[in-house]
Amino acid sequence: MDQSTEHTVVCRGVSKVYRQDAVAVPALTDVALEIPKQDFVCLSGPSGSGKTTLLNLIGGLDRPTSGEISVDGRRIDLMDKGELAELRLRRIGFVFQAYNLIPVLSARENVEFVMQLQGVSAAERAARARAILKEVGLEGLEDRRPGELSGGQQQRVAVARAIVSEPSLVLADEPTANLDSKTAENLMQLLRHMNTEHSVTFVFSTHDKLVMDFSRRLITLRDGRIVDDVRRE
Amino acid sequence: MTITLRLAWRNLWRHPRRTWLTAAAIAFSAMLLVFMITLQLGAYDMVLDNSLRIFTGQMQIQRAGYLDKPQMRTTIPDARRLAQELRRATGLAAVAARAQGFALAASGTRSYGVPVIGVEPEHEWRVSTLPHVIKSGRYLAAVDAREVVLGAALARNLKIRVGDELTLLGAGKDGSTAATVLPVVGLFESGNLDLDRQLVQLPLVTFQDVFSMDGDAHVIVISGDSLDDMGRALTLVGAHMPAGPNLVLLGWERLIPGLKQLIQADMVQNWFMYISLIVVVTFSILNTFLMSVLERTREFGLMLALGARPLRIGGLVLLESTLLALMGLAIGIALGFCIALYFYFTGFSFPGMKEIHAQFGLPGVITPKISLLTLTLGPAVIFAFTAAASLYPALRIRRLAPVDAMRTV
Ligand SMILES: Nc1ncnc2c1ncn2[C@@H]1O[C@H](COP(=O)(O)OP(=O)(O)O)[C@@H](O)[C@H]1O
Ligand SMILES: [Mg+2]
Repeated sequence: MDQSTEHTVVCRGVSKVYRQDAVAVPALTDVALEIPKQDFVCLSGPSGSGKTTLLNLIGGLDRPTSGEISVDGRRIDLMDKGELAELRLRRIGFVFQAYNLIPVLSARENVEFVMQLQGVSAAERAARARAILKEVGLEGLEDRRPGELSGGQQQRVAVARAIVSEPSLVLADEPTANLDSKTAENLMQLLRHMNTEHSVTFVFSTHDKLVMDFSRRLITLRDGRIVDDVRRE
Repeated sequence: MTITLRLAWRNLWRHPRRTWLTAAAIAFSAMLLVFMITLQLGAYDMVLDNSLRIFTGQMQIQRAGYLDKPQMRTTIPDARRLAQELRRATGLAAVAARAQGFALAASGTRSYGVPVIGVEPEHEWRVSTLPHVIKSGRYLAAVDAREVVLGAALARNLKIRVGDELTLLGAGKDGSTAATVLPVVGLFESGNLDLDRQLVQLPLVTFQDVFSMDGDAHVIVISGDSLDDMGRALTLVGAHMPAGPNLVLLGWERLIPGLKQLIQADMVQNWFMYISLIVVVTFSILNTFLMSVLERTREFGLMLALGARPLRIGGLVLLESTLLALMGLAIGIALGFCIALYFYFTGFSFPGMKEIHAQFGLPGVITPKISLLTLTLGPAVIFAFTAAASLYPALRIRRLAPVDAMRTV
């Protein structure tokens, strides 16, 4: 049996070189990585070490310069634009650092937006959005627009949206970077809760020590290479 | 309401002032076009109606071939009875038979070659305005009266007056010489110089007698109650065409092709102006659309990252511009309709127009033509242009890559 099916993410020899004004900027070099199902992985490392680049590659938002990447046993480095979009829509949830939400839509509508893209019926959308927003602790705030929510609440909406269609993988790029430490801790607790309750694999990045402590596995990047990979349980 | 529709609508109101300004530009151009097109088509109708009323009628029945080669012997046999039957069968009142020939019209001192028309006086007044514009004397009395009326200008040229006699000399249907002397009982002045300078009319039976026509005539002139009624009249007559020898029904476009060309030429000229206006407005709208797309690059990047297809986001942009355009057009049509309605009741004219129109026997004011077509044609063209303009920003989204887009500030 192919081992990749037991892993949500498998990277082999992944490199990424950005071209900037004819200058090659290596962002990732020969990264090998296996992330089993339902893992809760933190990517750490200083700014510029390649965390965002790696998350973008795993999430099918960008393509590696070389190497293989599989998600749920499927080679995403070989997929075309449309297949990648489909993969992101059905199998991957995203939480970004900021500007996560569509400003003119309410919390509920933001959550429903992806479900509409997936073709979920209106009735089911409404029910699932209500349930997930309650689960992330936003009951009563469903009809507020992002501008009427605090930073922590906005990130909770983003988590709700990422998780609502039961993806196999959620990627969160510095989700707590704009939050104070108390709010950051609450958000990490929510992510842990989602990880166990919904059996979803989580990969998030941070350079905040406090946030790293929530992880089950801590991977450290430096200059585009994995320099440390420790399991913490 | 679907989320996409809500999204589009709310996006419009992120910049209320910009949205209103754009809608106002669309509304203004739509209003202008509605007003100008209703007026333009109203003017065409007026010119057409007047041209047809004077003499030609809205349609004619002729013997096939007569239009291209109007020969004396290309006749409709038993034309008066045919006209009578047509009146009865169709219910149309304005049906009259005419015979048409050429003759040398001579007074004591002068002579001119002129068209001579034989008419049914009791019906002619319904298909032609000439019986209504008698400037001196009276119109022809009966279908068999031995008398003539002629254009006032022609009478001046011939130096004759009501009460004088006119000598007509021509060739009959069978080629025999046709000659008669008839008293002038009236002079008409229509404002149409061609008619006033040339035309001689005499009663049909007298004409048939003089020109050896038996009971024949050349045309049956038919008109509906009004220009709007023309379509109905045409179908009616078409359905009741006498199963006679080789008769054809000809609409005004065939009878006066020059008039149609004149209208078309004017139409082209006007549309050139309209399109210029629309293009200018379209560019300002394109600018707005582009701005609204560029400033949301990051948001579109987010949507792409979440798995939305570029086509779907492009569709959103198109929906936004469509909503905006429809809003502007609705306002523009409403305003344009109000203006057209106002002039529909008061009549539109500009200084000096009455005098010019009077020379051609036209009414002093133009009545705008209000119809579904005149109200929506201009706005529909604006809509097509704005849709085309919003296609460009919508298609640009295909070029967005999610990561790059989200990095944009
Ligand atoms: N679009 C890009 N073009 C050029 N260089 C880039 C681009 N994105 C990232 N980089 C470079 O790649 C390296 C890794 O960046 P990144 O993945 O954003 O690191 P991190 O998220 O850990 O801060 C950095 O040197 C950065 O400057
Ligand atoms: Mg980063």
